[in-house]
Amino acid sequence: MNEPLTLTVNGRECQVDAPPTTPLLDVLRNHLGLKGSRYGCGLEQCGACMVLVDGVATHSCSREAGTLGRRSIMTVESLGSPEALHPLQQAFIDEQAGQCGYCLSGMLMAAKALLDRNPDPTRAEVAVALDPNLCRCGSHPRILRAVLRAAAIMRRVADART
Amino acid sequence: MPGLSTSLKDNPRLDRWLRFQDDRTVRIATGKVELGQGILTALAQIAAEELDLNIDQVRMMSGNSIEGPGEGYTASSWSIEHSGAAIRLVAAEVRAMATIRAALRLNAAPGELAIAAGEFLKNGAPTGLDYWRLASELDLSAEATGMVSPKPASAHRIVGASVPRLDLPAKLTGSGFIQDMILPGMLHARTLRQPGRGAVLAALDEDAVRRSAGGDIRVVRVDNFVAFVGTDETVVRAAAVAAAGRAVWDNARTLRAEQATPDWIAAQPSHDSTIGDPLPETLPRSVSVRFTRPFLSHGSIAPSCAVALFRDGTLTVWSHAQGMHPLRANIAKTVGLPLEKVACHHVQSAGCYGHNGADDAALDAALVALALPDQPVRLCWRREEEFGYEPLSSAMAVTVHAALDEAGRPADWTTEIWSAAHGQRPGVGGAYLLAADALETPPPERKPFDIPEERGGGATRNGMPLYDIPARRIDFHLVHDAPVRTSSLRGLGATLNVFAIEGLFDELAERAGEDPLAYRLAILSDPRGRKVLERVAAMANWSGRGEAGSGRGMGLGFARYKNSSAYAAVIAAVEVDETVRVTDIWCAVDAGLVINPDGVVNQVEGNIVQAISWALIEEVRFGDAGVSSVDWESYPVIRFTDIPEISVELVDAREHPALGVGECAGGPAAAAIGNAVAHALGVRIRDMPMTRERIVAALMA
Repeated sequence: MNEPLTLTVNGRECQVDAPPTTPLLDVLRNHLGLKGSRYGCGLEQCGACMVLVDGVATHSCSREAGTLGRRSIMTVESLGSPEALHPLQQAFIDEQAGQCGYCLSGMLMAAKALLDRNPDPTRAEVAVALDPNLCRCGSHPRILRAVLRAAAIMRRVADART
Repeated sequence: MPGLSTSLKDNPRLDRWLRFQDDRTVRIATGKVELGQGILTALAQIAAEELDLNIDQVRMMSGNSIEGPGEGYTASSWSIEHSGAAIRLVAAEVRAMATIRAALRLNAAPGELAIAAGEFLKNGAPTGLDYWRLASELDLSAEATGMVSPKPASAHRIVGASVPRLDLPAKLTGSGFIQDMILPGMLHARTLRQPGRGAVLAALDEDAVRRSAGGDIRVVRVDNFVAFVGTDETVVRAAAVAAAGRAVWDNARTLRAEQATPDWIAAQPSHDSTIGDPLPETLPRSVSVRFTRPFLSHGSIAPSCAVALFRDGTLTVWSHAQGMHPLRANIAKTVGLPLEKVACHHVQSAGCYGHNGADDAALDAALVALALPDQPVRLCWRREEEFGYEPLSSAMAVTVHAALDEAGRPADWTTEIWSAAHGQRPGVGGAYLLAADALETPPPERKPFDIPEERGGGATRNGMPLYDIPARRIDFHLVHDAPVRTSSLRGLGATLNVFAIEGLFDELAERAGEDPLAYRLAILSDPRGRKVLERVAAMANWSGRGEAGSGRGMGLGFARYKNSSAYAAVIAAVEVDETVRVTDIWCAVDAGLVINPDGVVNQVEGNIVQAISWALIEEVRFGDAGVSSVDWESYPVIRFTDIPEISVELVDAREHPALGVGECAGGPAAAAIGNAVAHALGVRIRDMPMTRERIVAALMA
């Protein structure tokens, strides 16, 4: 029998009874009930499964959970809820940035990682940051606008606090 | 008086569409399903408009094969034209019934009453009456008569407004998809796919599969259908991955690389037909030019998924396929259950853009559920399974033949098309669900069939140019013996047909020494077509287009989708060195009465982005073991850094009926890019995708 895995997910320490080779995505979705991170390819090629690991946008679909130790894992569930949206989520709604929406969890997490390290990106910088994330519906122009809109709002909020 | 739409003729009872619910909402049912195109929001707007409800008082029920209306598949951009028209008439009729009841109760004339948020007002004051208090007096089991006129467009306040998508908040906060469904005791399942019709499983080393799985699995086998089932999805997936190398098949299909090419398809025996004016006895061909495109994948971001449960003799299937009533009939027929013992419910997944693996995954889940009664089964396809086994969009070749008059304008036109079928949805033309091939008695082989031109055409879609040409026809070679299953991808044949027709138009304009826009306008009398062309030319500053051959180019593409739906004119600006970079796209659309302008723009933008990807990048490849482009490395699609600035404008045409819009811009966008590349290079590339190799070859020629 394996030792339970201990993971730090969305700021909470979790014990998971799963082999350490279990993909992080399966741990999140099936052991912790966090369904926001999505299976797209299992090959780290599409970005639908992206989460933050110590603030870095990371594919979770084939990353073995046992390699993560005490590193901080953040999923889309940590951003906001329908009642209390994160500025990124609100900006995606304001721009109606999505069609089917399946890629959006990964987009939001990749965008969060970008804005945390670069609060004032150009359109080209957003495009480079989101390039690993596939959107098949062609919502790209709106997603680019939404990330820039969220960045502007988050900068204003940050300025107001200082 | 408005006539009854097809959807309403098939489902005439009012309560099939509309019910008043106890929580002061109105349930609107539709057979059309949400694929990411925003249809449920648009249909809710139509209902709210006719009933004078707030949008949040409408609850949409979509794709319920038991309670909801049957409207076939959600396809060919019919949803607004069919379901929207039905809901509009039903809502108008129910509103009129309720108003008459309210007027009787209030001792008022119906004309004295108004409705706001579902409440009846008299002289602007509340009356205490609303739909819900009157609901028990309304006979919604009555059939629609079509005798009540809906509101005129001038009275619209919700229709025509950019109401935000109702489903987006959930999808931005981690929920909303079939993949997330959990039922008590649910099992996970993955398949071992039969490598082609007639393949027989000779051996499967189950012990080796179990060892690789690393946990408990059950193997469900029904003839040549095999699935691995268990409580742990990780284990079940590992079993399926391992199984591919532990199975021995007799009579497995083999493919060859050249079978993926349009030239191979065009060389196959075909069923030939002519649509339009008869072929002249002597074909006056002064210009003949051939265009091609490869097989394309739908490339849904999510592999197909379904959940099924067989309990008390009833099979319930949750699926993201495009039509729950057809799915119900197809599954019942395949597994041998009476129709009333099968229920199908739609749950959303990632966009599909046509007939992908969704229906097939639903049968897979059903087969496993039938083998394991009382246990819910969630079955997902693997990524390589989706790429390898979903129906593909057929490779095509199109040769356009034009005979010119003395002014250099086409006097006789033939669009000659070679293609496998684009319309092979299950239940249509003898097509069936994939795993039926694996059962003891497979269905008869499909017959040669494609969607007939009067229903929008399959391979022939938009093969008939809209321009004023004295004699026009399509010469269609339907190839039946394609080496893979083919079916509908957004736009169907229109993508290459428009690319070809508009490409030749640019070549003819050049021969005539005319500007491509002026050349088109000279032979296009359709006023709505002219208007979108003129609008897009103004948007893009077409008159400042510049000289050909400079490495920068601007090109134009135009079509009316299916020659009966929305009009789209597109201009593309490109920079070409060894590769093509699309820098700007402008698009003008006439979709008649627009329900949700931002929703339409979103769809058109998406269609344009997909068309850039088709035009420049995408190509399915075959290898010995089948489709060999089975991941995003071998089947690349457009990414963020390749996205141009895109500007879409809608022409105000609210006096015309609402037209389907989701597929209107793809063909024109591909054509505009093709023409822009030709303008940039001074030589034309007639084969999609316009890759680095093809550009270099064109420049060396």
